[in-house]
Amino acid sequence: MSSKDKTWKELGIAAVCYRPSVGFMTGDWKTYMPIRDLEKCTTCLTCVMLCPEDAIRFRPEHGKIEFDLGFCKGCGICANECPTKAITMKLPEDEE
Amino acid sequence: MTTQEWKFTAKDMAIKPDLFTSGHRACAGCAPAAVLRLVMKATRGPTIVTQATGCMEIVGSIYPYTSWNLPWLHTAFENAAANAAGIDAAIKIMQKKGKMSKEHIDIIALAGDGGTLDIGLQALSGAVERGHDFLFVLYDNEGYMNTGIQRSSSTPLGASTTTSPAGSVIPGKLETKKPITEIMLAHGMEYVATATPYYWKDLLTKVRKGLEVEGPAFLHVFAPCPRGWRSEPSKSMEYSKLAVESCIFPIWEAVNGIRQLSTPSKILQLAPQKKKPVKAYLEGQGRFRHLFLPKNSHVIDQIQSLTDARWAKLLKQCETATN
Repeated sequence: MSSKDKTWKELGIAAVCYRPSVGFMTGDWKTYMPIRDLEKCTTCLTCVMLCPEDAIRFRPEHGKIEFDLGFCKGCGICANECPTKAITMKLPEDEE
Repeated sequence: MTTQEWKFTAKDMAIKPDLFTSGHRACAGCAPAAVLRLVMKATRGPTIVTQATGCMEIVGSIYPYTSWNLPWLHTAFENAAANAAGIDAAIKIMQKKGKMSKEHIDIIALAGDGGTLDIGLQALSGAVERGHDFLFVLYDNEGYMNTGIQRSSSTPLGASTTTSPAGSVIPGKLETKKPITEIMLAHGMEYVATATPYYWKDLLTKVRKGLEVEGPAFLHVFAPCPRGWRSEPSKSMEYSKLAVESCIFPIWEAVNGIRQLSTPSKILQLAPQKKKPVKAYLEGQGRFRHLFLPKNSHVIDQIQSLTDARWAKLLKQCETATN
């Protein structure tokens, strides 16, 4: 909570949420990060549909998937469900 | 209800902006969060969402953040359906008095298994009896996961939870799951269906069909919870597939009480050799770990025979419907 947040005296009735959660990055929760192999990827978009975080985006302009590592929690559902095994979960230090 | 079939293609749905957005604080690998995303992808226009207390209500609305890109209402645990009924009644009277445009507004009530099968059942039953126009989506993670994995009436036989702990006295929960879809069907609802997130096209189509119905519709969605089931986060979707393949959770839809199996379950009806034993589903889930001890093997046999009996009954119900 930053100091810019409203105090209890300034809140409206029932304390309605007023900030979109896309400002809250959950990407630092992860241990493993997804790595895509674009040669294997057939853009079936299974990963996009099954990701609980909306952290995999499809870019129609170049027809590829992109990970939003700012939100990815590293659960590995995409890697587990990928029919062509184009996604692998790796430790960030292994990738470097 | 129209007989039109909607084509939800992956490309269209992938670029459709999410109404349940990133930044929610569900655990890694949370299938209910994926269910909410998919349900919201199938909306057709102005929509109001009301939610019962539960994991998904908490993670999407931690003050001051909200994950909802549409009007969203939460009051208490037991009254997701009562809220939906109130919204429906309010819209009707405001449109009648000319205080609101006559545009149709969809209402979706979301609740977990606690907010539907236990605490919210009377509100749901009342709202359905009064015939309000809303879609009730139950995401079933088989327990009160939010408060620390207590048993609910949706928890299956043999599952270990903190209030049905497996040990020397009992082998997990002793009771079977409450047949909520049978209860809803008995209300004479126009549309009742079951779905799992793994078969997402099927789920989206069912949500849209439920919204098209003029009157109450009920959708039971199976949603594995890696934290409460003590399973691998990456396997959440795999379990939602295995549940269908082992006939633990067959997927079907009933329009005006006439039941029909959906494709993944229909395949198992036509090719019974493809049906997997329940062991394949139970393996790897920590909540069923104790069942693999020699002294508890009878519970697995019991689950298998119960599942087979339920599947045989469902096949009969679908058969009588087509004849």
